[in-house]
Amino acid sequence: MQSELRQFGKGMAFLSPWLIGFIVFTLIPIGLSFYFSLCKFDMLQPPRYIAAHNYTDLLHDKTFWQATSNTFYYTAMALPAGLLVSLGLAMLLNVEIPGRAIWRTIIFMPSLVPIVASAMVWMWMLNPRLGLFNLLLGRLNDILPAKLNFPLPPWLGDPQWAMPTLALMSLWGVGNAVVIYLAGLQDVPVELYEAAELDGAGLLGRMRHVTIPMLSPVIFFNLIMAIIGALQIFDIPYIMTNGGPVHKTYFLSMYLYDNAFVYLQIGYASAMAWIMLVIVLVLTGVAFWTSSRWVHYQGK
Amino acid sequence: MSTLPTDSPQMLEQREAAIVISAIPRIRRRRRRYPHRWFALLAIMLICFGYLMPFLWMISTSLKTVDKTTSFPPQLIPHPAVPMNYWSAISSPKADFPLYTRNTLLIAALSVLGTTLSSAVVAYGFAKIRFKGRGFLFVLMLSTMMIPFPVMMLPLFIVFRFIGDHTPLQMLGTFKPLWLPAWFGSAFSIFLLRQFFLTIPDDLSEAARIDGCTEWGIFWRIMLPLSRPALAVVALFSFMWAWNNFLGPLLYLQRPQQYTLALGLQAFQSAQGGTDWNLLMAASMLVMLPVILLFFVAQKTFIQGIATTGLK
Repeated sequence: MQSELRQFGKGMAFLSPWLIGFIVFTLIPIGLSFYFSLCKFDMLQPPRYIAAHNYTDLLHDKTFWQATSNTFYYTAMALPAGLLVSLGLAMLLNVEIPGRAIWRTIIFMPSLVPIVASAMVWMWMLNPRLGLFNLLLGRLNDILPAKLNFPLPPWLGDPQWAMPTLALMSLWGVGNAVVIYLAGLQDVPVELYEAAELDGAGLLGRMRHVTIPMLSPVIFFNLIMAIIGALQIFDIPYIMTNGGPVHKTYFLSMYLYDNAFVYLQIGYASAMAWIMLVIVLVLTGVAFWTSSRWVHYQGK
Repeated sequence: MSTLPTDSPQMLEQREAAIVISAIPRIRRRRRRYPHRWFALLAIMLICFGYLMPFLWMISTSLKTVDKTTSFPPQLIPHPAVPMNYWSAISSPKADFPLYTRNTLLIAALSVLGTTLSSAVVAYGFAKIRFKGRGFLFVLMLSTMMIPFPVMMLPLFIVFRFIGDHTPLQMLGTFKPLWLPAWFGSAFSIFLLRQFFLTIPDDLSEAARIDGCTEWGIFWRIMLPLSRPALAVVALFSFMWAWNNFLGPLLYLQRPQQYTLALGLQAFQSAQGGTDWNLLMAASMLVMLPVILLFFVAQKTFIQGIATTGLK
């Protein structure tokens, strides 16, 4: 009994930095945020309790719905595309080819670039008149017959194209996920491939019956990370489009930021933060819930 | 024992066959895979070219004269090349990049030191001390990683404001909100270090304990020196995070003299209203370069660190 208490004291002592940090920088802020979400509060006057009014107001707020649907639209494009591209790249980079280390480095490098710097480069690349994109596509169009010509939209300046362009751009930074997949691929026992080959499985069959199931825990991890990442996207649209054109790239995180720090509607913004948290929890929850059906853990 | 779940006759047969096949000289199997390999090589070269394009375009633009950046059709290889652009960006009156660098380095240094030290202490508690409630606290800590930052940014801001109003510690408009939380451990780093500590056998610490070493002594004098590779990963990641952080400085820093590089670069862009792309690209290169160099110096640490995040 005595020693158990001592152990507990020792454990708490070592955990204390995190415990204090958790209380001050996570628990209290989250609690406050919930309280504010039930109040009218502008930081100048003390908060006034208004029950669930902020939440019901949000339901009638067109901008909120647009920001939410924009966020989902982006997630629906960037998430599957990112998963497919990173997995595909990892499989390609796992093949024994000359110069593999170099190719791996090149694919990984963009994910090192500070977000602001990559926003700058892409704004310049996507510049409708002077950017590299339209230059190269224009050259290609000169060669191709008129029927096969690529459209040369103003990319981020076009209401229809802006969001797909942001999703496309996100594929440049999949390097992290690729490295994680590569590590996972190295753990797949070679015997499994050989056994599958004996059963007459081709390249695709081996991928479907060996690689994907064996990699599923890693895919699951990357999926969770990608969900959280896509739903909280802020820096890139804030710098590159500032939500435009006509609010077509205006995300939940940006509407939250504007309400909190521009319009000073603290209560309203807090309610939005809670809705965002619930969205993330529900989506990751669904991923966890379905995971028992498709994630295979090897061994114990 | 066996890797296959059941030993049905067919499976045994297959396994035997697999053993026979693997005894066949390597060359024959290799040759059969050749077409795939060449196809993979071609594909990866094309893709890598695409991934490199933004870098090349950035370098190319950063070396052009202003009128060449707007000339049509754009040049791919700058002529004349103007390396002076880099100096013009550094000494531009619209942005004080040397100052931003100093600010960023200060914040990064304090964050790296804080994250590494405090996370190691907490990770030791999670890995090596048995006590009631440890499992619950560990899961609680991991689950905080799932909270998106935009959800936290407003209440955190209010907490910092409150601390500033009610204690002598001014928070908003100083660097503190950017590095102080690092001194209370980061969930990701704690997790990473805990996984590493678990791989260190207890024999050493038991021996030290018998010799009268305190728990802190075991941590400080035995665990930490053994954990240098893992500590390097944590330090590296927290440096990268501090260097790249944009939203944090945007929230907490108010005066241009306090800007970090990330914030300064954005201010530089909006200050010149979409002209002088050559200088903007040169500045972006300079912000990016230290990180890329760091990667090449510590490549192994990077890759191992990222790889371990996805496993276990």
